[in-house]
Amino acid sequence: MRAASTFFWRRPYWYLALLLVPPLLWFGTVYLGSLLALLAQSFYRIDDFTAQIVREPTLATYAQLVTQPANVDIVLRTLGMAIAVTLACAVIALPIATYMARYASGRMKALFYVGVMLPMWTSYLVKVYAWRLLLAREGIIAWCLGKLGLGGVLDALLATPGVGGPSLSSSYIGMFLVFVYMWLPFMILPMAAALERVPGSLLQASADLGATPAQTFRNVVLPLAVPGIAAGSVFTFSLTLGDYIIPSVVGAPGYFIGMMVYVQQGTAGNIPLAAAFSVVPILLIFAYLSIARRFGAFDAL
Amino acid sequence: MTAAIEFRGVARIYGEVRAVDDVSFAVEPGEFFAMLGPSGSGKTTCLRLVAGFDTPDRGQVLLDGADVSAVPPYERNVNTVFQDYALFPHMTVLENVAYGPRVRGVAKPDRQARARDMLELVQLGAQGGRRPAQLSGGQRQRVALARALINRPKVLLLDEPLGALDLKLREEMQIELKSLQKKLGITFVYVTHDQGEALSMADRVAVFSQGRIEQLAAPRELYLRPATAFVARFVGSANVADAALAQELGAPAPFAIRAENIDVLADSDAAPADRVTAAGAVVAVQFHGAASRWQVQLDAGHLWSALLPDSHRMHGLAVGSRVKLSWPRQAAVPLTPTSGGSSGS
Repeated sequence: MRAASTFFWRRPYWYLALLLVPPLLWFGTVYLGSLLALLAQSFYRIDDFTAQIVREPTLATYAQLVTQPANVDIVLRTLGMAIAVTLACAVIALPIATYMARYASGRMKALFYVGVMLPMWTSYLVKVYAWRLLLAREGIIAWCLGKLGLGGVLDALLATPGVGGPSLSSSYIGMFLVFVYMWLPFMILPMAAALERVPGSLLQASADLGATPAQTFRNVVLPLAVPGIAAGSVFTFSLTLGDYIIPSVVGAPGYFIGMMVYVQQGTAGNIPLAAAFSVVPILLIFAYLSIARRFGAFDAL
Repeated sequence: MTAAIEFRGVARIYGEVRAVDDVSFAVEPGEFFAMLGPSGSGKTTCLRLVAGFDTPDRGQVLLDGADVSAVPPYERNVNTVFQDYALFPHMTVLENVAYGPRVRGVAKPDRQARARDMLELVQLGAQGGRRPAQLSGGQRQRVALARALINRPKVLLLDEPLGALDLKLREEMQIELKSLQKKLGITFVYVTHDQGEALSMADRVAVFSQGRIEQLAAPRELYLRPATAFVARFVGSANVADAALAQELGAPAPFAIRAENIDVLADSDAAPADRVTAAGAVVAVQFHGAASRWQVQLDAGHLWSALLPDSHRMHGLAVGSRVKLSWPRQAAVPLTPTSGGSSGS
């Protein structure tokens, strides 16, 4: 044991290799390997008559993806939802994360962190189905609003063309609410971590130099929290892009990318189209990251 | 003339701790005022009360004669140089310095011109485009100074501004700060735990201990005539004789005696008639270059020190040797027996 320790102490590269090789092997084969396999599949096509996969490189599947209006609709619908969910999560998370990082201390802070993470200990499916009941026409939310005399507001909301529906549980509004609820912790935690790292003296210095609290927030707190917001938004954005359970349990009947992948590789047996659909979120996230980079989101890293 | 800063019976209490306990003083306009004390003595809390980061539980803080207890920091004509400099990491040096005018709505060309002037003033004219992380500690210190001065405050607060710098740089900055203060005529309030810094720069020094001011005086006065045992020990580490030892040595009251006023005699030497002597044993001799500090354990229990030139005839005496300390009677400074000096070393 001692001899082994000395061996590694004298040869730090061996030690590093010992640490890194197993995870890199795992990452390289299982993760990158399957990703490449997926990418390869998307360049195959399915024969319309035999329903057999034709293993020759072709862009036919991608052509089908971008030319069929139904497929384009699915991508745009999913992208719109992902953007809306990300924005809403950022707006809701900011005050909570600010309180957790800057004001709460001791037990209160621990309570908030546990409170934010607690929902993640519950089964994802249980939460989605619970939300369907909460949002149902006869559900508790509609009942509460009715008792408060706000039933009309709900009806007006549901009458909104495009996002409305017969009830919250079968409208895009309801789906949006569930998405926001599900991914909020993934926004709050990185944001709070970024805000924790901002020294209090910077805020004092800003006030000292004449900045009102609003100016301090805009000029000092927000720019320094941006890496955390960017990290959180990558979570909320990509989780929404890839999810297929929430759109199939709650919300309007329109398909989402995740559902499309599920349906195409399962019932339809069109693996190439499923693969092409699952490449879309990857491209969208790359696009998102490069836009964020251009706006300087990672300058403070 | 209205005082630049005035504290009237100010107290700030955190739970059980009286961080500042009934403090009253006034700082004259244009004065270089130092607040000196060990950590936790209340000096930094007083600074925060002036800046507006904290509000007093009792009493009043006045700036230019007006009670500012309800005035937020961003409406006070006071600026601060922070201990950790608190430079904004996501802004360039120039943007940092221009921040004050920026949040006050000064147009961009105007505020950048002013920021460049300020950077010239602190000899950083060429560094405006860099980030704080790319600067050395001394340069960051200057940026913090330029940023705090750009709003032309009536009072500049400095919270241990040189604490993170090495000795040589610290001495250079002391001279620079002092000349800058003379040039600008701004009131400086300088918080430090380093008595050398306070004595060499300040017009007056307030010595803090346990949330109170022990003594407020000019540096020379503070050094030559410390009022309490705490001040005697903290400012220039004088030897203190408490009531019991003073009685034993034939003095009417507790007194302080500076290490440089004490001579070391051999145990066999006769005690001179005009001097007071106390017997003890050498504990350590610390070499300080031109002088050596002799630590002597008195038989009465106190550990005293004497500062002797390196050429002193007793030089080379072994640790543990019996010696006598001797000093002229008139060199003893009588002390008021008050708080802060309870530990009998």
